Order: sequence, then C-alpha cells, then structure tokens
Amino acid sequence: MTATAEEIDDSIRGRSLWQDAWARLRRNRLAVLCMVLLTGIIFTCFIGPWFCPWNPEIQNLKLRATPPGTMETLTEASWVNHGGTAEEWRELTNGGANPQKRRHWFGTDTLGRDLLARTLRGGQVSLMVGLVATLVALIIGVAYGAAAGYAGGRTDDIMMRAVDTLRALPFMIFVILLTTMFEKNLLLIFLAIGAVEWLTMARIVRAQVLGLARQEFVDAARSLGLQPGRIIFRHIVPNVLGPVIVYATLTVPAVMLLEAGLSFLGLGVQAPDSSWGTLIDDGATNMESFWWLLVFPSAFFSLTLFCLNFAGDGLRDALDVKSAKD
Amino acid sequence: MPLLNVQNLRVAFHTRNGVVRAVSGVSLNVDKGQTVGIVGESGSGKSVTCYSMMGLIPMPPGRIEGGTAMFDGIDLLKLSAAEMRRIRGKRIAMIFQDPMTSLNPYLRVSTQLIEPLQIHQGLSKKAALPHAIQAMAEVGIKNPEERIRQYPHEFSGGMRQRVMIAMSLITRPELLIADEPTTALDVTIQKQVLELIKERQRSLGTAVIFITHDLAVVSEVCDYVNVMYAGRLVEAAPVADLFRRPRHAYTRALMRSIPALQPKGGTLYTIPGMPPDLSKLGPGCAFRVRNVEHGDRCLTDRDPELVEIEPGHWVQNCPGCMERSAA
Amino acid sequence: MLRFTLSRFIQSIVVIFAVFTLTFFMVRVVKGDPFAGEKAMTPDVRRVMETRYGLDRPLYEQYFRTLGSYLQGDLMPSMKYQGMWNARIIADSFPISLTIGLAALAVALSIGLPAGIIAAVRRNSWVDYSAMSLALVGICLPTFVMGPVLALIFGLHFRWFNVAGWFESTDWVLPSVTMGLIYAAYIARMTRGGMLEVLNQDFIRTARAKGLSEGRIIIRHALRGGLIPVVAFLGPALAGITTGSFIIEKIYNLPGLGQHFVRSVFDRDYSLIMATVMLFATLLVTVNFFTDVLIGWLNPRVRFA
Repeated sequence: MTATAEEIDDSIRGRSLWQDAWARLRRNRLAVLCMVLLTGIIFTCFIGPWFCPWNPEIQNLKLRATPPGTMETLTEASWVNHGGTAEEWRELTNGGANPQKRRHWFGTDTLGRDLLARTLRGGQVSLMVGLVATLVALIIGVAYGAAAGYAGGRTDDIMMRAVDTLRALPFMIFVILLTTMFEKNLLLIFLAIGAVEWLTMARIVRAQVLGLARQEFVDAARSLGLQPGRIIFRHIVPNVLGPVIVYATLTVPAVMLLEAGLSFLGLGVQAPDSSWGTLIDDGATNMESFWWLLVFPSAFFSLTLFCLNFAGDGLRDALDVKSAKD
Repeated sequence: MPLLNVQNLRVAFHTRNGVVRAVSGVSLNVDKGQTVGIVGESGSGKSVTCYSMMGLIPMPPGRIEGGTAMFDGIDLLKLSAAEMRRIRGKRIAMIFQDPMTSLNPYLRVSTQLIEPLQIHQGLSKKAALPHAIQAMAEVGIKNPEERIRQYPHEFSGGMRQRVMIAMSLITRPELLIADEPTTALDVTIQKQVLELIKERQRSLGTAVIFITHDLAVVSEVCDYVNVMYAGRLVEAAPVADLFRRPRHAYTRALMRSIPALQPKGGTLYTIPGMPPDLSKLGPGCAFRVRNVEHGDRCLTDRDPELVEIEPGHWVQNCPGCMERSAA
Repeated sequence: MLRFTLSRFIQSIVVIFAVFTLTFFMVRVVKGDPFAGEKAMTPDVRRVMETRYGLDRPLYEQYFRTLGSYLQGDLMPSMKYQGMWNARIIADSFPISLTIGLAALAVALSIGLPAGIIAAVRRNSWVDYSAMSLALVGICLPTFVMGPVLALIFGLHFRWFNVAGWFESTDWVLPSVTMGLIYAAYIARMTRGGMLEVLNQDFIRTARAKGLSEGRIIIRHALRGGLIPVVAFLGPALAGITTGSFIIEKIYNLPGLGQHFVRSVFDRDYSLIMATVMLFATLLVTVNFFTDVLIGWLNPRVRFA
C-alpha cells in the first residue's frame, strides 16, 4: 500500500500557477532569447558609455560623416574634451610619447560626433521614456481600473464611461500639444505619454477585477470581515498581476514608438540631447550618402522593440492571459 | 446487425507532456432505436470515444491509433473528411453539454436550425423554414414562428437545449450522441429535457448514445450501460443487470456515490483519490490505487481483460475488482 | 438598436465638444503666440494684429466667439498665413492625407485579414509561424525606418516612384504601402487572435457536428465573432493612420494636412491648430461611431445590452 499512497500524493501535489508559468516560459526559447538580448541591450546602453572614449555631444568638424571604423588621432585637449582627465592622458601616452588613436566603430555623424556614443545615449533616453511612461500608465491605470471594478454598479458605469470618452479623443494630437507645452522637459514628456497610455490598462484591470469581485473567494473573504483594501491587495491584485505584467511589457514598445515618432517630427527630445527617434530622423535625412547614420540606430531600435514584443507574447502565453484587448 | 459496432478503439493525444492514452481498446454496440449509456468520471475517455468516431477530435495532437467503428456497414474511422461530413449531422447527430455556448451567439436561431437542411438536403432557406418551425414546435417551444427569429441569448438554458435537440434531430438521424446533455441545467429542467429526448427518440426511432457521469440519469433512460475508467471499459451490461448486480469495484463505488441511494443523515460517500494520469499509466488494473475493497489483490503485471460472465454482461477480469466486497 | 445608436451619437457630440474646449485652452496655455516669431513686428503692428484676430479680448469671449463661428461652419482665417482661410488650407491639403490614409487602410486590410485568417485556421503550422513572424517584424519596424528604406529601394534604386512631393499620379503608392504594411501587421495579429478565440468555442464544434465544411464554418460561423476585435481596432487604426500621416508626410515631403498641423503647432497658429484638430476629431469620432454601430450589428448581445 505504501507505493499506492505515494502515487496518490504525487498526483495531488500541486504546482503554483507562477511555477507553472515559469516552466512554460522557459520552454519558449525565442522569448527567453529575447529577454536575454533585451538585458544585453539595456546593459550596453547604460554601462557601455563607460568603455567608450567618445562623448556623444562633442563635435569634430574635421571628421564629419566618416564611415564606420574611422580612426581619429587624439590630442590631450580633445581627450579632455571627450571627458577624460589629464592624468589618464599622461598614463596612456607615457608622458606624451605615444600618439593616441581611437576608432569610431559606428562612424561619425554630420557634425563629427561619434555615432556609437550617440546611439548608446539615445538608447538610454528611449528606454527611460518607455519605462517611466509605462510606470505612470501602470499606476494610474491599475488604481483607476481596480477601483471601478471593485466598486461596480453605478460608480463603475460612470468611471468607465469617462474612460470610453477619453479613448475617443484624438490623443496623438494632445500628446503633440502637451509636448510643445512642456518644451525641453524630458520628464514631463514621460508624464504626458504615460497619462495618455493608462486608459487601456484601466480597462483591462477593471474587467479582471469585475470578474474576480463576483467570485466566491472574494465573498468568502468579505464574509470573514476583511477590510476592502485588504481584499483588493491580498486577494484580487495577485490575480490581476498576470494581465498587467503582460500588458505593461507590450506598452513599453508602444510608448517607445510614440516617443520616437514625436522625436522624428522634431517634437520630442530636443537637440543636443538625442533619442533613437532623433537619430533615425537624422539618418533618414542623410541616408542616400551616409547609410550608417540610419542603419545603426534603426537596428538598435527595431531589435529592442522586437525583443519587447516577443517577450510580451511569451509572457502572455506563459501566464495564459487570454487577450490583452478586452 | 447492430447499427454501430465499435471494436478495439484506441485514441491517444501526443502532447508536450507525453502521450496521453485517452481511449485504450474500447468496444461497444448500439442497436437500432436502442439507448446506450457511457458512464465514467471526467477524463475517463467517454467523450473522446464518441468524438473520435465522429472525426471531431483535433488532430494533431489527437491520433486514432487503431480499431474500427462500423456504422451501417461503413467504417467511420476510414472515411475521408468529405465523406464523414455527409454522415455527420445527417445520419449521426450530436448534442452537447453546455447549451449556453453550443449555439452560435452571432446568428439567429432560424439560421442555425435550417443549416443542416440546407447542406444535407439541399433545401433553400425558404423551403427549410417551415421544417425548422415545426421542429421547434416538436421540442415544445411555444410561438415557434416568432422565437425562431430570435438570438440564442434570448432563450433560457433549458430552452436552448431544446433548440439544440430540435437542430440535431431535424435531419431525422439514425443515431444521436448526447454528451452530458443535462449536466449544465437546473435539476427541474434536467428532468424535462430527459423526457423530451426519450419522447423524440420514441417517435423517430433514433438510437441514442448517452454520455454522462450520472448513474441516476442512466437508470432512467438507458437500455444498456458501458462503464468506463481510465480509457477502458470496466463493465458493460443491460441496465437492470448492472444495477442489480454490479460486478466491478468501480461500478459499485459509482453507485455508492449517488446521493439519493445513500441513507439519510450519513456521510456522503465519495470515491477516494483522483483518476490516474493517463500519460503515466503502466500495466495492471488502473483502479487498484483507489480500490478500497481489495485493491491489494488487483492485477499489477498485466492489463485485465473483459470477460462475459453472464450473457450480455461483461466485466474486467481483475481479481481485486471482481471480488465481492465483504461489507 | 435605435437606442444604442442614439446614445452613441450623443456621446460623439460630447466628445467633439470636449475636444474643442480642451484644445482651445491648452493652446493658449502654451508658451508663445502666433506673432512671437516675427521679429520685425513693432508693438503697434502687433496690437493691430491682436485686435484683428480678437486676441485682445478676455479669454472667455474669445472662446465663445470661436465656438459661435464653428457652429456656423466658419473655420476662421489663419493667424500665421496672412489672408489665408483655414477652410482653404484644409481643402487643399486634406484630400492628400485622406487619399493616402484610405489607400493605406485598403493595403492593410487586404493583406492583414487573409493572413490572419489563414494563420488562425492553420495554427501552429509553418504558414502560421512565418506570417506571424513577418507581422511582428512589421510592428517593430516603425514607419520612419520602413519609409526611407522603401524610398531608397523603389525610389532611388529602381526609380519607379518619386521619393518626395505630390506631383505625379503614382505618388500615393510609396506612402500608402509604407503605412499599410505596418497596419497590415497589426490587423493580421488581431484577426488571428480573434479567430482563434472563436474557433475554440463550443459552437464551432456544434457546427462541425452538423457536418458543415471547414470553409462554411469559417465564413458563416467564425468570421463574424472573430472580426469583432478587428472592427473595434479600426477606430484606433484610423487615428493611427491620420496621426501616422504626420510622419509619413514628413518622410515623403507631402503637402498634406499633417504637415500643416505640425507646422501650426510650431507656429502657435491658434486658429489653424483649432481647425485641424477639429477636423481630425470629427473624423475620428465619426469613425468610432460607425465602428460601434457595426459591432452592435455583428454582435447581437451588445445590441441589446
């Protein structure tokens, strides 16, 4: 009988939903590859500049629009100009004996700035925009959606009608107006985009909560005399987390696309700052003569979007979220 | 010659987690006009048995690995998709468990009702409509001329199941497969729907395969019962025989768990444990883990075989399960 | 159905009114004004201009005057382009944007719908995988990358089309294809998702049990429900296409409405901003209205709710 008891036990021992999701996610090789690549891109953008000798904003008018791999001979003045110290310079050159040459791996732009350094800096800006705006959208959307879904009835009706009305507004236009309002303030651009993107999140969370709030385990919690706040955070939020994570992952690339579009129009990030959008704009203008100006930033940008979308899809399958739409 | 004769049907699902042998060697008979029950817990393979002979299991991952299903001289398992379509819905019809989701919410009832007549009998919409209205009347729906123009969500659950029945019988099929047709309904409605199926069957002479987990339903409507467990038949007998003398431990356990047959005030009986994982099933009696009578004497080295212990009464020949309980 | 339509109609009116009010006040909060850029303008000239456009009046009075003339269908003169009426500017440029937008939508639907349906019906086959990978590439390639690349290949290399301007009868092709391909990707994914959800429903099994052919099951039983998400997406898609036209018009240097809108924002041309915003808003709200009614027609459960 011992063997049979074990068999029963084995069939009953459950795995948590998260463990299950993790196992499914690991089997999706493409999603895992995308997550690894994404981590790589993030690290490159934020840590790479430490290993790059060029400052993204320093121009060298003698080396305008040089192709990838061009060498530049450095003087002490230009070294310091690019952010090095005089001490480092002495160390490198053994007291001025060795002339120093460094390569522009991605070439230089039309003002002689190093494209690699600019691409990395642009990546920082684009990724930050994506993350911060998504975070803003997440906070507003979850709070609003959860409140509406939990309240139910008339309150829910009015709150959702408001969301519907807002969704019908031509938002790109308002984003453009907002960004001109807060000219040259990057943080406010993030906030403006985030304030626009929360609507879908609110709808998703509200639908989930509405479904859950009517389920037995919430009634059970209520009948035990738990506070509404505690019920929301202990019983409902964990169940809503799946769709929220999935949708947030898919919002990041959408926001990045929006930012890049604005920057492309000259309405987003302002010079001398750069984002992938402004770099691509620059590259598109010059692509007939200087292809590298378009290719490198576009490649980074598209690869990042690709990875984010695939990772989001993988998460959706793994967490078994039905559809991020309604 | 029986209307339907299934021999040694084997169906497996090839999933990422291994091969699930959903049906392993099931044989059964349905005579003209007869009502045959297939009983078992969820996951016992009772639905897969019927779906696979109708060509309705998704392939892949499903695969029919062997056996025959002779229907009026035709082997259903060997038909091409187009040949199968000419039988499905015309000579063999089906009704399903959940009437809420089994009707298309986007189409009017009339559209759905006349569809079988259009494709199987080539009737035009106009010619088919009176038949459809009559079919609605026959299943006891009042004002059929008006209600046929409505959408499924405007009907109650019981009424929708009546619509399903009308739709499946509209081509006068020889065999109706009813997959848990009353499970999703209220108890009072269940009774009405069962009566309706019985009444329609009598007036049309249709044979019915009744898939259910509810022995009480079986006792009410079936002539012959097949009990399935873990993808195999464990016992098959005429309904009276089975209820009088259940020979397999699993059948007895099922009967003990009918609440109405248990003494009032006692603890309700449930079968201990859970059905086995069909992807990890080794040789031996599949019920031995849960057999509280004489599980220690069940076969462990080879699969038990079906034997006919009385005329028409078959049971799996496993010493631990065949043994009469001392209690 | 009538009540449903009516309530959506009233909602549309409310939205348009809200857009009008929001835009009016937002634009005035923005730093700068229409005459800030012209350095030569003396304070006297400036005062004359402000009086001419009523900018010296209190804000509420300006608001009601603008509202009044819009209600009479008068879009007022541009503040930046002297002597130009906004209605004239729109009449010149909007047909270009509309042509490109509609052609793009046609491209998107004629590629996206079949691709999505086939991918859903043959799910997990190589057709599905390759169509969906392509779609994902389309989603990740922004118009401002795809546009220049297409221009480079088909404009500069093969010399089939002009890469800029609006002169010849084929000039709509590259912009529309650029935008259409990207929306085709979204529509394909959405169609596949919607179709898969419907194909897994019980009533599809019922249809199979009735002996219907796969083609009839897809067309009669699955498409109606499966296309609902796509139809619902058409409203936002049109928004994306009109606003996407800002970018497309810049890439291909087209004298469309988007260019005017972007320039009017830079110029703080209050009245032209208002005119273009109201046009976009009305267009969008109208499309959303028809989308909602169409969904109501496709899905009887919504209609009666």
